Amino acid sequence: MSVIEKVELAHNAAGRTVPSMVNGKPQIPFLGPGKYQPRGRKAAPPISSNKDYPDTGDKRVANLEAALRQCGLRDGMVISNHHHLRDGDRVALMALEAAATIGAKDLMWFPSASFPSQKNAIELMEKGVIHHIEGSMNGPLGDYCTQGKMRGMGVLRSHGGRYQAIQDGEVHIDIAVIAAPTADFFGNADGSHGKSACGSLGFALADSTYADRVIVVTDNLVPFPCVPCQIQGNNVDFVVEVESIGDPAKIVSGTTQITRSPDRLRIAELVAQFLRATGIMKNGFSFQAGAGGIALAFVEYLKQMMKQDAVKARFVRGGSTKFLVELLQEGLTDYILDGQTFDLDGVKSMANDPRHVATSPFTSYNYHGKGNFASLVDAVVLGATEVDVNFNANVVTHSDGRLLHGIGGWQNCLFAGCTILALPSFRDRIPVIVDQVTTLTGPGEMIDVVVTERGIAVNPRRTDLLHALKGSKLPVRPIQDIKAEVENICGKPAKPKLGDRPCAVVKWVDGTLLDTVWQVSESHY
Amino acid sequence: MSSATETTLPRSAEAGHWGKDVRSDVHVAFEARDAGGVEISLESRVAAYYGSAILEQTRAVLAELGVQHARVAIHDEGALPFVISARIEAAAKRAGIALGKRSLPAPYPRPEACPPEPAPPESSGPPPSGSESSGKDRLRRSRLYLPGSEPKYYINASLHAPDAVILDLEDSVHRAEKDAARILVRNTLRAVDFGPCERMVRINQLPLGLEDLAEVVGESPDLILIPKVETPEQVQAADRMIGEIKARSGVNRPIWIMPIVESALGIENALAIAAATENVAALTIGLEDYTADLGVVKTTEGRESQYARSRIVNAAHAAGIQAIDSVFSDVADMDGLRRWAEASRATGFEGMGCIHPGQIRVIHQAFQPAAIEIEKAQKIVAAFDEAQSKGLAVVSLGSKMIDPPVVHRALKLVERAKAMGVIS
Repeated sequence: MSVIEKVELAHNAAGRTVPSMVNGKPQIPFLGPGKYQPRGRKAAPPISSNKDYPDTGDKRVANLEAALRQCGLRDGMVISNHHHLRDGDRVALMALEAAATIGAKDLMWFPSASFPSQKNAIELMEKGVIHHIEGSMNGPLGDYCTQGKMRGMGVLRSHGGRYQAIQDGEVHIDIAVIAAPTADFFGNADGSHGKSACGSLGFALADSTYADRVIVVTDNLVPFPCVPCQIQGNNVDFVVEVESIGDPAKIVSGTTQITRSPDRLRIAELVAQFLRATGIMKNGFSFQAGAGGIALAFVEYLKQMMKQDAVKARFVRGGSTKFLVELLQEGLTDYILDGQTFDLDGVKSMANDPRHVATSPFTSYNYHGKGNFASLVDAVVLGATEVDVNFNANVVTHSDGRLLHGIGGWQNCLFAGCTILALPSFRDRIPVIVDQVTTLTGPGEMIDVVVTERGIAVNPRRTDLLHALKGSKLPVRPIQDIKAEVENICGKPAKPKLGDRPCAVVKWVDGTLLDTVWQVSESHY
Repeated sequence: MSSATETTLPRSAEAGHWGKDVRSDVHVAFEARDAGGVEISLESRVAAYYGSAILEQTRAVLAELGVQHARVAIHDEGALPFVISARIEAAAKRAGIALGKRSLPAPYPRPEACPPEPAPPESSGPPPSGSESSGKDRLRRSRLYLPGSEPKYYINASLHAPDAVILDLEDSVHRAEKDAARILVRNTLRAVDFGPCERMVRINQLPLGLEDLAEVVGESPDLILIPKVETPEQVQAADRMIGEIKARSGVNRPIWIMPIVESALGIENALAIAAATENVAALTIGLEDYTADLGVVKTTEGRESQYARSRIVNAAHAAGIQAIDSVFSDVADMDGLRRWAEASRATGFEGMGCIHPGQIRVIHQAFQPAAIEIEKAQKIVAAFDEAQSKGLAVVSLGSKMIDPPVVHRALKLVERAKAMGVIS
């Protein structure tokens, strides 16, 4: 049987049980935020020589199979992809299937995130082409993992954590296959133009600079030079031209939708009112909000308040959408610092407006660096599946332990000046505030506020926020109160039975092990 | 043991809803049997957390309904317990079982600030209620419609702070769903905490509405809306029935009536309807049916219903009750709503209906007296208080004498402004 069977377990500083070895590598249990001191030097790819590359600059090869062969694909290698094309991506499966044709076995697939449309990866795992996946998994791939069917353990990292793992040499990428909406034959590549435009290509930065071999795959080859470019051709070995890198309809949404649920709108408005009441919303401030329905509505409410109070932000962080673009165009922010681009307005804006800046996990999220943007942000609005009475939160699994989401930038964003979770107090009868979260993804000491439709709970550690809210009419309540009220409505949920076999681990931003995802038991009651 | 003469055919029926887009509801397929005990199958999206609780509840509900032999298939979409029991009861009754029996959910816990009243003797009701005994003349700026077949809207309705919620059994409920909706609304009145909101129920047009009353009055709603009223006798008949059920089930809080006038004949009888019984607290108008009755198009300006609406206002005031306006049906048009509501207040209405929580705030703002009105009224009230303390019959402000009706209006306005939280 696989390595998973005989793994030793240890307790970490958060009281969670984590394996001491993951996929054959020894692990450090989470020591507490800011407690782990990394040592040594960064990883680096081998030195290349121009003599091995054409003076014409033309690095094109016929197809992915040829490119993988020329990269020296072997059994057990690590193949990486980025997920900027989201559920519309065709390149990752194309690469893995080409590897299968060549006859490679036991590969580790290392995407920055996987999507339901990539469920064919299951077949490749069944055939032995892929040994295991390290990267976010949900839908069918998530179920495959939590049912214990994957040969190795899943490793869930934040966007910053993935950069850190590559930079620190924890994960060595043998071959990076980078989907590029626009590229030239030299390998310069850009995401904000072309029929498959996706905006930023930031998630591929680490892959392009640290992998042994880099292949750029594009469906929009332009004559040298590709301007602007986010991926430098000087890091690229081969360029492959294909008919289509993805389904544009699924790469970005035509329009992102604001929630229409009155309850969620209420949550969004409470968040905006909270920022105003605490004085966080002031001239020169900054905030980050994602593309979820509540977050988008929050931006709309905040925008009205910024106008009323004549307040302008210095920068906003995306996931950019039409709503952030409007802030920029209406002069309510000086810049958008964009990590990924969710809709067509965002893509267009990045392509045309120099104040809409593409960023990468290196600048925004990497914890093993000399600072990052995430801690400079005044307030961030995030979601979660569960939060406990000590403000510890889960974002990766359903309450029953099945994988639901990747961590994304969520952990990295916890370093903002004020971290706000905006959540309905229950979903489908299942309370969101619990005694203990199923899977710990963010330590409670880093989460400041939980906003639900039934009230705002402020972490008692944040006496400054509580003080700022004195005299406001906002429904500020202890988190235990909201929990009790919801349990009164829903009934106290039974504790789901989790297995005792680890099938994936959750890494903290410094590479230490925060928690374990356990194999899910099939029967419920 | 059933006798040989009894039918051995299974009597099957179903109630509730399920499916990918259904939230907070449950579908129950019920098959009555003559032997074999109770057999339950359950599929639920919340099975991991509430599977055992749902099975336990189902057994308890069936026992309360006196069902001993049945096959029950439950398809749950995260329904809350009061919904689950309502759907089981509806399915059983549709199968011809448990007629005349009820399975009432646990009443919601009364807020701590408000200690429970001692239960009246010899009755299962009334449920404890968080809403203070509703005054006849209380603030009724907004009433939020909640369709009687859509349980997902109930739990959070009061968070949007309308003055009232209306559990609707009439137009938002399909003809075939009236029986199940009635049971659901009954359970909702009992189990859901609507906070400070007045709890209203819109019954069906009489005589069907009398069946609604039989199911819901025992759970002590604050106010009943009777649709399509054309004569005072209809209101009196409903009021009599409410009185009888109240006496029978030990409900001792008042239950007010708001007739909805929706036809040309009703408009002509407006005063008689408004004065039909002591329990009529407000009079309102239904514009969709009224304009249909006249054969004219309903516009956002509302010129076609100007007479009817003025007539309602006048009749209500003549009878000493509130005039309440219809609804504004374009939920996306907030500017149109604001214009409508401001005109409505200027006409003499004290509130209107909402079909979406987003309308509540706009309506409250529109029905709020302007600062200058309040200031003036406060001065008059102060002068009135001073005259009272001096034992003077005549109230004067500066060099001006204030007429008694003006004093009355000022007193009422100040009281309303306090209720709205505009002044303290």
